[in-house]
Amino acid sequence: MSAFVRGSDRLKSLLLALFTGLAAPAVAQDSPPARVVSMNLCTDQLALMVAAPGQLVSVSYLAVEQAVPPLAEAARALHGNRGLAEEIYRLRPDLILTGPYTAMTTVAMLERLGLQVERFPLLPSFDAIVEDLRRMGRLLHREERAAELIAQFTRDRETLAARIAGQPQLRAAVYSAQGWTAGAQTLEGEILAAAGLVNIAGELGLGWGGFLPLEALLLADPDRLILGRADGGGGGREGHSQARALLAHPALRGSRAFRAGAASNDSGWICGTPYVLEAAARLIEELGR
Amino acid sequence: MTGAGMDQELLTIDALTVREGSRDLVAEASFSLARGECVGLIGPNGAGKTTLMRAALGLQRAQGLSSLTLLPPEERARQVAFLPQNRDVAWPVSVRDLVSLGLLPARGIGLHVPQTVAERVEAILAEMELTALADRAATSLSGGELARVMMARLLVQDTPLVIADEPAASLDPAQQIALMDRLRSVADAGRGVLVSLHDLGLAARYCTRLLAMKAGRIVADGAPMDVLTPEVLADVFQIRAQMIDTSDGLILHPVALTGRGG
Amino acid sequence: MNETTSQTIRQRGARGLRLTLIALSLLVAVLFVTSLLIGPISMPVGESLRALFQGGEDPLVLVMRELRLPRAVLAALIGAGLGLSGAAMQGYLRNPLAEPGLLGVSGAAAVGAVLSLQSGIAATAALALPFAGLGGALVAVFLLALLAGPRGGSLTLILAGIGVSALAGAMVALTLNLSPDPFAANEIVFWMLGSLTDRSWDHVLLALPFIVLGSAMLLSQGRAFSALTLGEDVAATLGVNLTRLRWTVLLGVAAIVGASTAVAGAIGFVGLVVPHILRRSVGARPAHLLPVSALGGAALLLAADIAVRVILPGRDLKLGVLLAILGAPFFLHLILRTRLAQQR
Repeated sequence: MSAFVRGSDRLKSLLLALFTGLAAPAVAQDSPPARVVSMNLCTDQLALMVAAPGQLVSVSYLAVEQAVPPLAEAARALHGNRGLAEEIYRLRPDLILTGPYTAMTTVAMLERLGLQVERFPLLPSFDAIVEDLRRMGRLLHREERAAELIAQFTRDRETLAARIAGQPQLRAAVYSAQGWTAGAQTLEGEILAAAGLVNIAGELGLGWGGFLPLEALLLADPDRLILGRADGGGGGREGHSQARALLAHPALRGSRAFRAGAASNDSGWICGTPYVLEAAARLIEELGR
Repeated sequence: MTGAGMDQELLTIDALTVREGSRDLVAEASFSLARGECVGLIGPNGAGKTTLMRAALGLQRAQGLSSLTLLPPEERARQVAFLPQNRDVAWPVSVRDLVSLGLLPARGIGLHVPQTVAERVEAILAEMELTALADRAATSLSGGELARVMMARLLVQDTPLVIADEPAASLDPAQQIALMDRLRSVADAGRGVLVSLHDLGLAARYCTRLLAMKAGRIVADGAPMDVLTPEVLADVFQIRAQMIDTSDGLILHPVALTGRGG
Repeated sequence: MNETTSQTIRQRGARGLRLTLIALSLLVAVLFVTSLLIGPISMPVGESLRALFQGGEDPLVLVMRELRLPRAVLAALIGAGLGLSGAAMQGYLRNPLAEPGLLGVSGAAAVGAVLSLQSGIAATAALALPFAGLGGALVAVFLLALLAGPRGGSLTLILAGIGVSALAGAMVALTLNLSPDPFAANEIVFWMLGSLTDRSWDHVLLALPFIVLGSAMLLSQGRAFSALTLGEDVAATLGVNLTRLRWTVLLGVAAIVGASTAVAGAIGFVGLVVPHILRRSVGARPAHLLPVSALGGAALLLAADIAVRVILPGRDLKLGVLLAILGAPFFLHLILRTRLAQQR
């Protein structure tokens, strides 16, 4: 079948593969995958941490801009995919890593082509990070590396917990574009808790989070404020939206919490990786604890 | 044209030309109008009567000279009042308000109207038998009533010169006579009137002087008797008419068509 | 002629205007205070007003002074401007169907505002945003005046308005879809339907000078609008300088609508509904309709902004939705009346 793939007419081979189902790379289960492709920003980062040099051939194009800085640096050396079926197929992956909702039709097609696809649930909690690392280690045959990372993560968690123990409890809110505030059952909520902050979303009955009118935020009167990244996660700072302009509202800037020192969330807040602890530690420093 | 001190000119037009594309709507029109004159502008449809009036007032771009266009707008409004053929009233304002519009040029910059000027409105409403209608919306009036309102507004403006475009159109005979009496009395009081008329009978009877227009040109200018000659009538209107000088004035009655293109 | 009769009649007109102005001012004052007391979280009236006037460290002070007060001020300011613009456009075009929102002037202002925001020009100079809105509005009013001036009929005017509106809407959508900001594309609704949610004193300061200046320009033309009741020719021979009038109206309307739209999106129907309701109260006098429509516009927009917060608290229902539900039947009614008048 490699003769087909080397042939110039890739589309033809793709179609042929689609109909015959013969294209499945016959990877033996007991040898480590050699060509791993990740299609989701969060599996990108987990894989970048766990994979052996050369094992990962492509990550999503977002990783270069939105991964935490050390991993973004590593991502730059790799192919950045845009999650198109033909593009992924041409990379001849023997393992595809993705999130639960990423490009679902594309992923389904890749599965039909016989490629091995692993979907990570990417649950937004610190405990899930341990699970995801362990699974990543198993899939890449890098159990040792994963165990190292898990041990480090667990130690760091304990250190952080000790650091905030006995500190006064401050009430805080994460406030992002459109007035979105993250609840306790989100990664942001866990980072807040790890930094020893009480999330006001809980007081307002928003477990997952929700849209909070600016007026309601001000009247809830938090002690500290974490503002969503001014770029809204979109990379550059160009363009304009009312949604983001809200974060520059004079009333917000005049609030007690803002004047006490507002932090802003960054790339470490997006995905469940061990870097969330760095985010929490930075938060403790930025909020002047 | 009676007293010696009254024949100063109210309007002078010299070689006035309005061109649209390659066509002259008004070509080289020249005449002047003095105090005491009631000048009738006659001619068939499309002869350029309305265009000539609008150009004389400076409402339409034209070459040549009209003494009115030399005046700034505020000054011109105190010199001449204009009654266009179009009697659209945009808003249901009261008759009194509409007639009072004639006071605008008298109001300087402020909104204050001297009492004597305000009284003029009531006097003219009474004179035009409009007092009973004064609080009615102008948009609810009949054609004849509206024509009286328009005339009242014109009179309130109280200018030395009055220009009226087809004021008699769509009026019944009694209203036509009342209207022409009114215009003539304006002229007799030492002011000037330029009025375009479709009805040659009215023109013959009420005007002191007639201008006949054909295809944008003034082809005859003079006393009604001198303008309404069989030759001019045949040339301009393609008609033949009976004309009788009676004690009630000149009576003209069209009786037959003459050959076209003659 | 009896002098006293004439005097009393004139005074009756002036007194009617004064009474209408006083009644509307009271209404605006009541709605203004009500607007201050309405929010996603209801607070006791006394406490709210104490926070407003006495200040202090309470977060309610911030809410009252930095959120609700500028919002109410902006509602009154923009409402007044739009009401006045409607009355002025109607006076100038001699047409009760003329209205900046309906004819695409607000939409074109939104195009200007959106372009300046997305290109980053608005961030470089403080007044770039309202000027861009003004520019967009000016293009639209100029096009409308060109396509359907005072002599153009209702049909021409509405058709011209449809054309301008459609183009403006498409341009706003295109610009926002091309924006690198991921949230921008979702905000087409804000720009087309308008909202006063989370406005600040910054927005008031941006819009205020333009609305005040534009209003002064339009209010100065009362006599000219009166004279236009009888058409352009009569107005000209009554001493109205038509060229100056045209530029004053175009610039005045563009300044008001441009600045309003730049800070609150395109808010329609205020300029249609308000003069329509109030015309009778001033005997249809175009000059008197101007100040009355300004107050009426302020009252209507304050009321609408209260209603959007009462109907769907905390959900940011757009003003345009409510005003269209209220205004569209008026518009259809006016079209019907225009048709009947033509048949007569």
